[in-house]
Amino acid sequence: MIERDQVLHVAKLARLRLSEEEVERMVGELSGILEHVDRIGNLDLEGVEPTSHVVALENVLRADEPWQSLPRDTALASAPEPSEGAFRVPSPQAE
Amino acid sequence: MPELEAVIGLEIHVQLATKTKMFCGCELSFGDEPNVHTCPICLAHPGVLPVPNEQAIRYALQIGMALECEIAPWSIFHRKNYFYPDSPKAYQISQYDIPICGAGKLGDIRIHRAHLEEDAAKTIHVGSSGRIHGSDASLVDFNRGGTPLVEIVTEPDLRGAAEAAEWARLLRETVRQLGVSDVNMEEGSLRVDANVSVRPAGSSELGTKTELKNMNSFRFLQRGIEAELARQRELVESGGQVEQETLHFDPASGSLTSLRSKEEAHDYRYFPEPDLVPLAPTEEMLREAREALPELPAARIERYESELGLPRDVAQTLATDPRTAGYFENAVEAADGVEPRVLANWVTGELAAALRQAEVEGGAADSRVSPPALVALVRLVQEKKISHGSGKTVLAAMVTEGGDPAEIVEREGLAQMSDSGELEAIVEKAMADNPDAVEKIREGNGKAIGAIVGAVMRETKGRADGGEVNRLIREKL
Amino acid sequence: MADILDLSVLEAHDAKIAGDLSPREHVEAWFEAAGADELNAYLWRNDRGPEAAAVEPNEDWNAPIAVKDIFTTEGVPTTAASRILEGYRPPYTSTAVQKLLEAGLPILGKTNMDEFAMGSSNENSAYGPVLNPWDRTRVPGGSSGGSAAAVAGGLAPWAIGTDTGGSIRQPAAFCGIVGLKPTYGAISRYGMIAFASSLDQCGPLTRTVSDAAMLLAMLQGRDPLDSTSVGIEGGVSLPDRENLAGLRFGVPAELARDSVDAGVREVFERTLEKIEALGGEVVEVSLPNAEHGISAYYVIAPAEASSNLARYDGVRYGMRAGGDGDLIEMYETTRSEGFGAEVKRRIMLGTYALSSGYYEAYYGQAQKVRTRIAEDFSGAFSAVDFVVTPTAPSVAFKLGEKTDDPLAMYLNDFFTVPMSLAGIPAISIPAGLAEPEGGGPQLPVGFQIAAPAFAEQKLLDAAFALEQGIGFEARPTAGGGADA
Repeated sequence: MIERDQVLHVAKLARLRLSEEEVERMVGELSGILEHVDRIGNLDLEGVEPTSHVVALENVLRADEPWQSLPRDTALASAPEPSEGAFRVPSPQAE
Repeated sequence: MPELEAVIGLEIHVQLATKTKMFCGCELSFGDEPNVHTCPICLAHPGVLPVPNEQAIRYALQIGMALECEIAPWSIFHRKNYFYPDSPKAYQISQYDIPICGAGKLGDIRIHRAHLEEDAAKTIHVGSSGRIHGSDASLVDFNRGGTPLVEIVTEPDLRGAAEAAEWARLLRETVRQLGVSDVNMEEGSLRVDANVSVRPAGSSELGTKTELKNMNSFRFLQRGIEAELARQRELVESGGQVEQETLHFDPASGSLTSLRSKEEAHDYRYFPEPDLVPLAPTEEMLREAREALPELPAARIERYESELGLPRDVAQTLATDPRTAGYFENAVEAADGVEPRVLANWVTGELAAALRQAEVEGGAADSRVSPPALVALVRLVQEKKISHGSGKTVLAAMVTEGGDPAEIVEREGLAQMSDSGELEAIVEKAMADNPDAVEKIREGNGKAIGAIVGAVMRETKGRADGGEVNRLIREKL
Repeated sequence: MADILDLSVLEAHDAKIAGDLSPREHVEAWFEAAGADELNAYLWRNDRGPEAAAVEPNEDWNAPIAVKDIFTTEGVPTTAASRILEGYRPPYTSTAVQKLLEAGLPILGKTNMDEFAMGSSNENSAYGPVLNPWDRTRVPGGSSGGSAAAVAGGLAPWAIGTDTGGSIRQPAAFCGIVGLKPTYGAISRYGMIAFASSLDQCGPLTRTVSDAAMLLAMLQGRDPLDSTSVGIEGGVSLPDRENLAGLRFGVPAELARDSVDAGVREVFERTLEKIEALGGEVVEVSLPNAEHGISAYYVIAPAEASSNLARYDGVRYGMRAGGDGDLIEMYETTRSEGFGAEVKRRIMLGTYALSSGYYEAYYGQAQKVRTRIAEDFSGAFSAVDFVVTPTAPSVAFKLGEKTDDPLAMYLNDFFTVPMSLAGIPAISIPAGLAEPEGGGPQLPVGFQIAAPAFAEQKLLDAAFALEQGIGFEARPTAGGGADA
């Protein structure tokens, strides 16, 4: 139902690295789940509006008034690699 | 090979000049220390939720109205999913297929849509060369992350690089006059990307387009588009195919570099943002936005052309700057008997020249020449009370000292010579002093009259009416 | 000490008012009890004890409370039971917990859960499974397994959890306690680590319906930080209905009773009889699309989750691994090592459902099914006041029994998912005991009552009357097994 290639592609989109064993397992598990889920594909839902919002609200907005930002130390407190007041990350590799 | 035409569309990002970010109350800033304007929301901590800035909505409505866009009665936000350090949620909250503003136009170019979204954070690449390729690491500053943006997309109606740059200037000026953004390309509050393609002239199909990014001035925008058009033309003419890609224009070298390979084309997996409810602008919101609109250049140009009968180029010069336009309109109001067309010529012609000559800062509105005073001056010339030349002299004086033209005329003795007896005598003398010229005129050389006219003008210190002098000369021949 | 711990929060409140119980004694008793956690219910316990309570104990409703580790608590570890948030201390507190703190409730600790709320057995925690106090070889249910086990096992008088597809109701059923999922939008989600944004709701896990009402009253309300919150108009007060006269209860024909264990079915039928004995009317209703709830749910929830969990990338907080490589290496290693198998599975499922070419067929279609399910309920509620079902198809199953078959695990949510999709409130109350399919000591069975949106007061009133009528008194003994 879902092919190995698709699993690898989806993993890439989701920034997950799967071991060979995991890939194989995923193919099986996802196929099983999708098979069940595919039942809804057969339903005649012509003209039904998809639910995009659960609460019937509109225009819930916030006044353009500043609030207190976090002190920088607090903002960086959880950072795995704070550096020079910023969040350090590896660069993307050259293509 | 049939001739190729350029097909260009622009994608413009306008940073809104609200006080706070799009979805949280952190203040907007420019040039502050990194990460001093952040909070759990714009840092995308677990559990946080966005709430839209109402001023950003208002500004977006104003932009849409200024661009004559259809305002969507109902629009929603979508998530645009992608991983990058400058995107803390790993999705950008944007609008996808139901944006707040639909089709519109500015000048001759159609607008496809305009929508709201949030800006990414800033990534500074550190390491050996300081450039993105070959650097070791990046430092992320989230101050900018979450700044409200309006993205404006045009239809591919532009047909040349110069046209694109000029239209972009008009857009910038229009948005600037709304007061909703600094629209400063150097600072990044205005960003313009171009989608460029070529096709056989007359064809209605679109060729493969490339996207040009990172041009941070109108001049670079024009040069970048020119370079890309040249590249595409050469490629197509030599039998090649244009590949869809994103390009970076380096103005220093004039070269184009591919930024992203299209193999990794993003699958953004758009879906409606469940944490936000729809926008349905109310009558009141629409009315307030409409009332907040000043008269914008495009509309004013139109009005000057159709109502005041000004030619397009004069209308454009006058209408683009609101203060000059205001000055002009005050003059029109004070003018009885003087046509707007004439006043327009004086404002854009003689007055502008006089200001330049006197090295006066600013434009007509900043000068010492009040609109009623200008009108009075023009009327003096129109009624032949002074010559056109004298008019310019008086204007120069008004530019330096202000004042009333009639008084200056009186003081300087510039009144046009209305006593034809006096004038006649001077004409006769000039003719007598220049027998060769008179001879030439009699022989049919009409231009020789200039010498005599010149002599008369010198004698009268320019106060004679040139037309009258000509008439008298011919009469006496 | 044991007597104090037997009191429901309301009973303790009444005792404090009557002067029979000192507030300090009450708080201390619970902190001591929480310290004897053999069920792995707590991931973090407040070992600063009652002294840590910011407010002086008084005679109000300040029974200490256990909080599912999905709610951010400033400066206090919050992990969502994941490796990827190991050691993470949030810089802010969730609105729900803020309200509890302002009401003077000391926090006993943060409870264990299925990682990122994904699971129905609490076996997906990176910090070990939670044990069911009725039988420690069995699961407490999930994802709010820690909260449910704590309340049922005498480790907390009450708790808050979250429910996305049944994660409060099902563990409440497995543990023999009360669990309520309010209407979507009743309680603020600000600070509730997101799993599926359009489905997640905070709710109480308590010993009694009255306690659930008290907790709901404290938590509900519009929050300017959550634009999807509306609160419950008119608020919520203690239920006091005596019987079920004049009320109609609908049993959905399509949620076939033969997909349910025999013991569960028996308790369910008995409860329907009890409803009638109390003056209520039981009728059949039709929810034609409810049987597709699982299919729709297991597209929508993973899709939203795949997006909500993308922020766990090692950049700004939490775990980072593979940082010696390039950016993609860091992303992939961090996420692969930080997330458990179920989370990865759902992220994969969700990413697939949203990906180019599949959106319409999966996500688009699932949202249409959702509309239909909501319409089905609306239709049913024009004929009945409540819809009732067993909460779960079985009693608590054995640890490890369903971990190899994700789909089998998902089918646990069969009865609870439709209410989540429709956004309507639903409560599970313990209705009796039943033997598990393979035989053995009896275990609790939950009875689910669903009501129209924002009809929490009506729902609580009816649940209260039924609770009184049923008179479920059983408690798990310390060693497991029931005391029916």
